Amino acid sequence: MWKFTVRRLLIMIPQIIALSIVIFVLAQMMPGDALSGMIDPNVDPERLEELREKHGWNDPWYVQYADWVGGLMQGDLGQSFRFKMDVTELIGQRIVNSFWLSLATLLFTYLIAIPLGIISGRYNDTLLDQTITGYTYIGFATPLFIFGLVMLWVFGFMLGWFPTSGSVTPGLEAGTFEYFVSKVNHLILPALSMALITTVSTVQYLRNEIIDTKQRDFILTARAKGASESRVYNRHILRNSLLPIAAFFGFEITSLIGGTIFIENIFGYPGMGQLFLESITMRDYTVVTAVTLLFGIASIVGALLSDIILSLVDPRIRIK
Amino acid sequence: MAFLEVKDLKVHFPIKGGIFGRTVDHIKAVDGVSFELEKGKTYGLVGESGSGKTTTGRAIIGLNNITSGSVTYEGQDITNIRRAKSSVRKDIQMIFQDPYSSLNPKKRVLDIVAEPIRNFESMTKKEERIRVQELMELVGLSPESILKYPHEFSGGQRQRIGIARAVALKPKLIVADEPVSALDVSVQAQVLNFMQDIQKELDLTYLFIGHDLGVIKHMCDHIGIMYRGRYVEEGTVNDIFTNPQHIYTKRLVAAIPDIDPNKRAEQRAFRKEVQTEYEQSFNDYFDEEGLAYDLKPISDTHLVALPEKG
Amino acid sequence: MSEKLLEIKDLRTSFRIKDDYYAAVDGVNLTVNKNEVLAVVGESGCGKSALAFSVMGLHTRAKIEGNIMFKDKDIANISPSDLNKIRGKEMSMIFQDPLTSLNPLMEIGEQIAEVLLLHNKQLSKEQRKEKVIELLNKVGIPRPEQVHGQFPHELSGGMRQRVMIAMAIANEPELLIADEPTTALDVTIQSQILELINDLKQDMNAGIILITHDLGVVAEMADRVAVMYAGQIVEIADVHTLFTNPKHPYTRSLLNSVPNSNEAQDKLHVIQGIVPSLQNLPREGCRFSARIPWVAESEHEDHPELHEVNDGHFVRCTCYKHFDFPDNEEEQQHGIS
Repeated sequence: MWKFTVRRLLIMIPQIIALSIVIFVLAQMMPGDALSGMIDPNVDPERLEELREKHGWNDPWYVQYADWVGGLMQGDLGQSFRFKMDVTELIGQRIVNSFWLSLATLLFTYLIAIPLGIISGRYNDTLLDQTITGYTYIGFATPLFIFGLVMLWVFGFMLGWFPTSGSVTPGLEAGTFEYFVSKVNHLILPALSMALITTVSTVQYLRNEIIDTKQRDFILTARAKGASESRVYNRHILRNSLLPIAAFFGFEITSLIGGTIFIENIFGYPGMGQLFLESITMRDYTVVTAVTLLFGIASIVGALLSDIILSLVDPRIRIK
Repeated sequence: MAFLEVKDLKVHFPIKGGIFGRTVDHIKAVDGVSFELEKGKTYGLVGESGSGKTTTGRAIIGLNNITSGSVTYEGQDITNIRRAKSSVRKDIQMIFQDPYSSLNPKKRVLDIVAEPIRNFESMTKKEERIRVQELMELVGLSPESILKYPHEFSGGQRQRIGIARAVALKPKLIVADEPVSALDVSVQAQVLNFMQDIQKELDLTYLFIGHDLGVIKHMCDHIGIMYRGRYVEEGTVNDIFTNPQHIYTKRLVAAIPDIDPNKRAEQRAFRKEVQTEYEQSFNDYFDEEGLAYDLKPISDTHLVALPEKG
Repeated sequence: MSEKLLEIKDLRTSFRIKDDYYAAVDGVNLTVNKNEVLAVVGESGCGKSALAFSVMGLHTRAKIEGNIMFKDKDIANISPSDLNKIRGKEMSMIFQDPLTSLNPLMEIGEQIAEVLLLHNKQLSKEQRKEKVIELLNKVGIPRPEQVHGQFPHELSGGMRQRVMIAMAIANEPELLIADEPTTALDVTIQSQILELINDLKQDMNAGIILITHDLGVVAEMADRVAVMYAGQIVEIADVHTLFTNPKHPYTRSLLNSVPNSNEAQDKLHVIQGIVPSLQNLPREGCRFSARIPWVAESEHEDHPELHEVNDGHFVRCTCYKHFDFPDNEEEQQHGIS
């Protein structure tokens, strides 16, 4: 088991190096830089050239890459031109918000997926199942950003049940109970909007797993033992069907990243996704590369988590 | 010169392990197997699951890589059959165990049977069609059915389509890997009879891989018994069934269910006796690793894996 | 006269295909006595497994008509909770493929303990474990303490089938149904498993229904044999009679198509045509008639019934009186398909 984990961790190293090179090269290829749009057009072009030289932007790419990686190693992600602060610090503020949003979304995703998937799989081809499957099809077909906007409009503006932007009501002091309540309150609507859409793949996956497991031979054995229908479901079918769902968990992280970019912008939620889009429009490339790198690493870690979870819960893999 | 000669054949599969996934050990699926096929005869390769019999057959036809040893076909070295001359590759064909999964369900029978023809011969569409129709007739299926798909046929018919494909190029040697194991008895009889018929008609040589000793006895002239990648005994049908010498062979033969219910008690007692002997003398017949020794001749046709000193 | 344990009366098990029901088991009458092995033989598609599943109540989407009297209860018409009190306790089943029949994610010990737990709530966890070890010992599994904590994929095929048997005999059932228990196993393992079933039979005084396609297994194990074709029983006899004096054309054809290890045969007998699929089963007249076309139609019954030709020896239809193998087997063979 530890061998497997160590090997899996070692594989991550070349993956991350490759990822960092790709991101860096892509960033280099992007047109313009932070100076081309931000500064007064009357400024002397030679002065700009001087600035570029000073920041090392005229060096060959590998020198710049080495500088960049060297910085990364020390936790220095560079300077944001727009916010005039360290990217590390900037991301540090945002990443906490994104973390809570992702966690809340995951929680909702499973709270919706598990009961719906179970009902749908157990009573497959009934009206109830068809209703749930119908929902999943609608979920697949609905673009997240439109659904998010509708939710915001209905529950945020029309009904006024939830705040419409930010991560906390300004003026509250951190650590107080009101602060906590306000945080949660800001989370619910964006997290629920995202979960309602992203959960549909998990619902279908679980449904198919249950239908598949239902027809396996060992279910006959369980029935032949005299196990009641509810025991057959709880002891045998569910346990075996939830296993691939657990393994799927790591990959959920990847799909969350895509989702947060939309959701955070729609709900004005100050997280990584919002930062990412803002930085692109502002050509704040140090921030863009840093955020992309973090997203990439999160995906790789997600895949790692999936593998490790699977090897923990499945005895057929655990032995190796 | 033997028709096909397999000499000291070894097929080892690597076991990956450790942090870097290096090869830490080998599974010796086939470990030093030698035998010869006689033209026009059927040679049975018998063993239980994991004995290496299927791997041996697949290695000859080039579906498994040969680690060491040699395969000679009519005097030509074909150890690396994938690089061998196409005339040789045409001569050796295979019939697979499961007629349900070995035929591509999305292809028509015409395309399935014509596939080897297209690979090796250049024929016009019309010639090809006529050839396939002839083949269908040869295997006892109606020539009109060449536009059907595999699922429209029964198990036995499918296996005959598999045979039609195997004999399409007029091969000389067919490796038949458990060709009837997936079939019902009456269908099995059909396929076995048919295999014998076309053997006569086309002067075929079979390497018949199987685990059902009743079928093996019915079909084969010579038999080799494998256990854990090695031979334990080789001989004619008579040698093996009436005069088994190795304890493993004895046990295998004793285990065949007898179709006569009156011999039940007798058979049971005999089996117990053999089992006791097997347990007591296991160390006399196998080395420290539990593997068989090298074959020693005890008559012109009969070889048994016995240790150096009797 | 031996004591009757199970009596199947006019059982009809039908499956729905599109909008119609098709009977896979079509009017079967059968009894199983205590301390007896009844073999049910036939090729795939003859309905033998459907019959076994009907007795165990394992069909989830089939229509079952008729009665299955197990001791004094009609288990074909019984509530699921009452059936669950019987299954695993008074009757149990062994399946064909022990690998897929065991839960891959559950320890062996837990799987066997489950059947104890379900039918005997008094046992403590420790007592159950003790009993499981005892059972593993009984079915000849070496190092039972270790196997207790292992998973199915860690055992060999033979060991897995022993686990299945341990599970089946855990509550000392009176009826044991074995559905092709050795088909997935090697021949030496097969003989060991059959030996084990034999030993246990003498131990338990149970009735055993052995479902198989292998006539060798029948000859070694059975007391009585029922031959099935196209959903019906075509012949029943004690094992000696069936092998020495078979009557029905299907039984005789089947016996002639097996490569017999005792005597050299030139050609195996081939039954013409194919086993019809469930939708194409002939529902009228003699169901085997299409496969013996040289027997005149007039020699079959219109509504073939089982006739008692000897004490306890029943044959369906009158065609057996006129049946003989054609002289020219060659000719018969090329007439196929």
